[in-house]
Amino acid sequence: MVPGSVLPRLLGAGVRRRPLQLHLVQTATPGPAGPSGRTLGSAAASAAREPERSSDLNERILSEPLKHFDFFNVKELFSVRSLFDARVHLGHKAGCRHRFMEPYIFGSRLDQDIIDLEQTATHLQLALNFTAHVAYRGGIILFVSRKRQFSHLIENVARDCGEYAHTRYFKGGLLTNAPLLLGPMVRLPDLIIFLHTLNNVFEPHIAVRDAAKMNIPTVGIVDTNCNPSLITYPVPGNDDSPVAVQLFCRLFRTSIRRAKEKRKQVEALYRLQGQESSKGRGPADPPSPGVQAELDLGHSP
Amino acid sequence: MAAFGVSCGAAASYRLFLGGRVSFARGQGLWKAAAAKLQRSLGCQILRLRHTTVVTTRKNVTALRRETYTVDFIKKQIEEFNIGKRHLANMMGEDPETFTQEDIDRAIAYLFPSGLFEKRARPVMKHPEEIFPKQRAIQWGEDGRPFHFLFYTGKQSYYSLMHGAYGKLLDVENRQDQLRAKGLFSEKTKAKDPIGSRWLIKEELEEMLVEKLSDQDYAQFIRLLERLSALPCDEAEEEFVGRFRRSVTIQSKKQLIEPVQYDEKGMAFSTGRGNRKTAKAEVAVYDHGSGKIEVNGVDYLLYFPVTQDREQLMFPFHFLDRLGQHDVTCTVSGGGRAAQAGAIRLATARALCSFVSEDQVEWMRQAGLLTADPRVRERKKPGQEGARRKFTWKKR
Repeated sequence: MVPGSVLPRLLGAGVRRRPLQLHLVQTATPGPAGPSGRTLGSAAASAAREPERSSDLNERILSEPLKHFDFFNVKELFSVRSLFDARVHLGHKAGCRHRFMEPYIFGSRLDQDIIDLEQTATHLQLALNFTAHVAYRGGIILFVSRKRQFSHLIENVARDCGEYAHTRYFKGGLLTNAPLLLGPMVRLPDLIIFLHTLNNVFEPHIAVRDAAKMNIPTVGIVDTNCNPSLITYPVPGNDDSPVAVQLFCRLFRTSIRRAKEKRKQVEALYRLQGQESSKGRGPADPPSPGVQAELDLGHSP
Repeated sequence: MAAFGVSCGAAASYRLFLGGRVSFARGQGLWKAAAAKLQRSLGCQILRLRHTTVVTTRKNVTALRRETYTVDFIKKQIEEFNIGKRHLANMMGEDPETFTQEDIDRAIAYLFPSGLFEKRARPVMKHPEEIFPKQRAIQWGEDGRPFHFLFYTGKQSYYSLMHGAYGKLLDVENRQDQLRAKGLFSEKTKAKDPIGSRWLIKEELEEMLVEKLSDQDYAQFIRLLERLSALPCDEAEEEFVGRFRRSVTIQSKKQLIEPVQYDEKGMAFSTGRGNRKTAKAEVAVYDHGSGKIEVNGVDYLLYFPVTQDREQLMFPFHFLDRLGQHDVTCTVSGGGRAAQAGAIRLATARALCSFVSEDQVEWMRQAGLLTADPRVRERKKPGQEGARRKFTWKKR
């Protein structure tokens, strides 16, 4: 249905720039008291304290994962060996090499470039971590690719995650002129994942440039003939072998799913916490250790 | 003579006077020149020629946004329609509960008689779903996340259809591979598609998907479906493909075949009617005969002295290789010589349908023997010499 709130229209900005916020069912029961609301007061005062408490917990839910380097433990999903087995290290011939990919190339064997998998592992960990954080905060992820061979696979992966895909002809102003093409108050993607940075004529995909224009962070698998400059989290690797593409799809899907499940768990725990404290205890109790422990234990999925 | 020369000279000088200015606004200037000349010849006071520059600016026509009808508006329209239907039933003295759409159409045609030829311009009262074009509801939820996973492509229904069809194609191919691996694969020849169905046309597909498509998109989709239907499919896939096929009524089945009648002597004959321009003909073709044709009681050689007309009469028989086998008796009125011949030809062809197999009827239809020629004389229009011929254009 039509969203009820009518946001004031900024000059020329028809796109909704919503911060990634927590959307919770506002429970009527008072949650655990935050650091500020410890005073015993009337019902009105306690009612005023509830949004404080919930916003405190919201902030904690959102900020806690940011304190850890690898909150979702994406490092365990792959290893250099598994990347090697999936032929991620194979690049194109030396003649196709892009100048900016030279730092990522280990060397060349029989005129074929070999990508440095140690660097790939580091970059991939950063990229998966970022993807997981975006999914945890309820962001829109768009998978983009223009290789017809893998179009069906990528669309299936996106649908399984509950995210979005665009493996078809990219219309010119889709990101930059979104209010006209997609609708007046459309929400743009919060992350774009490129499984193939080039389009069918071996030119950089338009979405790379447009995402940079619209300040949308990008994750991209860059082969030795691609330009990694405009991509926020480039992952040097092979994008032509089916095995490699399937591996990357699996990795992205697993990390997104993990993050979403984690989020559901944390929210459920918060709700449980709120109900427990409303039943037995008073409003002046400190927050139960359960929620804190869940937020701290980032490492167990 | 002298006066004539003077007027000619005056006219010539007048034209020269205008010559300099004509180039500025050519058509306008010429018309004004002609008007001024006319006024002069009538002896009226000549008005001074004024060249007004018509300033034509391109108005910035803002792109007309398609009118969006909200859900509440449509609901209100539906309520109003239902109440109006009951009022109408009361007005017509019928039961409001059992008042169908045909009754509504008849009532409106009775209460608001309209002489307009265009059926779509006449007053109509239909359910709002049929009148207001189908529109997309808002595509995303409260948090802004779109519902469909292909929303950001722009054409979500079309691309999801393509995705689904390609998925089915892959399933069929996988199944074939598995059977081949087990050795159970048999090259089944698919039953030929019946001629009575066709693919959906682009407009129908657009209506189904509520989305605009380009010709290339449509062609791609049909190619994919053809590829899918060429493989041995399961029932689910057949049903999927069947959703995009429409049945087509075969033209020839519509041809009415006259039944064969028998006269007092037991001779089989068949009648037929035909017309061409203003001529009307009724024909009786007898089964066994010697090729005699009688028109209005007169032999056809005397009635149609021109060979061309007689050829027209013989054409149906010649086409079916039954030249000397039938006797024909006919009456014809109206029209001219060739029109009467054409009318008799159509009537005999229709009568012959009863003596001949269905395939031959179809051949006759394709040859054009069974189609009434709709050409009639076009009326003369005012301002022209004939229907199309214009009066000789005079430069001056």
